[in-house]
Amino acid sequence: MKLLASPAVRVGISISIATGLYGVSFGALAVTSGLNFWQAMALSLLLFSGGSQFAFIGVVAGGGSGIAAMSAATLLGMRNGIYGMQLNALLRPTGWRKYIGAQLTIDESTATSTGQADPAEQRRGFWTAGVGVYVLWNLFTAVGALAGSGLGDPKQWGLDGAAVAAFLALLWPRLKGREPIAIAAVCAVATVVAVPFVPAGVPILVAAVVAALVGWFSHGRRDEGLEPDVEPYGAHRPGHHQGGDSHGAGVQRKEGTDPGADA
Amino acid sequence: MSLWIWLLIACALAYAWKIMGYFVPARFLEDPRTSRIAGTMTIGLLASLTVVNAVVSGQALAADARLGALAAAAIALVLRAPFLVVVIAGAGTAALLRVAGWS
Repeated sequence: MKLLASPAVRVGISISIATGLYGVSFGALAVTSGLNFWQAMALSLLLFSGGSQFAFIGVVAGGGSGIAAMSAATLLGMRNGIYGMQLNALLRPTGWRKYIGAQLTIDESTATSTGQADPAEQRRGFWTAGVGVYVLWNLFTAVGALAGSGLGDPKQWGLDGAAVAAFLALLWPRLKGREPIAIAAVCAVATVVAVPFVPAGVPILVAAVVAALVGWFSHGRRDEGLEPDVEPYGAHRPGHHQGGDSHGAGVQRKEGTDPGADA
Repeated sequence: MSLWIWLLIACALAYAWKIMGYFVPARFLEDPRTSRIAGTMTIGLLASLTVVNAVVSGQALAADARLGALAAAAIALVLRAPFLVVVIAGAGTAALLRVAGWS
């Protein structure tokens, strides 16, 4: 098949499989957090953004209110707006493609697309990863949700430990360099300090405000923390994550002229 | 029932962020502060969610088997294990610690 000769399509397919598979853990955690099958599916079908989905069920599992869960998920979804701006400039989608493409705008599809230099490849990468992750993520969410509800006491299987591990794994690829580690540490401390004083779920929002203030006043890299959950082009990307102020390089990368340096 | 409402609002707002990106004039990208805040907030929220799920129990702090899960996940990540393996390591450690008698 000719399409499989395209590097962007190949990357898109492999990232779809890798990401789709961990939909199992989302589905299982969602139902053990207290959501029913259709609520878990609604998050995967309609919200469709891994970090925000895990945030939503993470707040619910911790006894937080629906509004706190919604707030945490929405704040984490902000970066998809930034991706949308980048992809709009890169792919220039028109008509219905814009509205469908928006729903498929996530870490993985953005990374697959912006890692390519050729405009046609950027387009293929976006749609392959976007559609592929969407289909598999939803399929495996259903598998996980069905399996999870039949497990009995979730603690017996360590599923609360699975949630801890999942959040750390989502955070991990973003902790490159001193500044992101410092932000993570400050927000972790802010959370712990806030816990006894505010209702469940709110400490997460306190941490979000702290992080936003750091972002407002700091002068770190403009794309700090915007790394994808899964890196489609392997762990070694020369010229990236070297720290320091690289606004100029950032602008260049956003135009897709430097495929080796960013994903 | 009210969880459904907040869930659907979260879905609507998630799409609103995404589609907004496609309609914002490109010059907003030239303001590095916007994307930097999106980035620092992502780090801060994930760090906070990790902590909440590891040591918070309602409105109190608790040290239980979830701390073991956190340590196991960190070790798996240092060893560059894939996402699914990290999650399984966390779940397995918490389950084993409970079998061993640590709540």
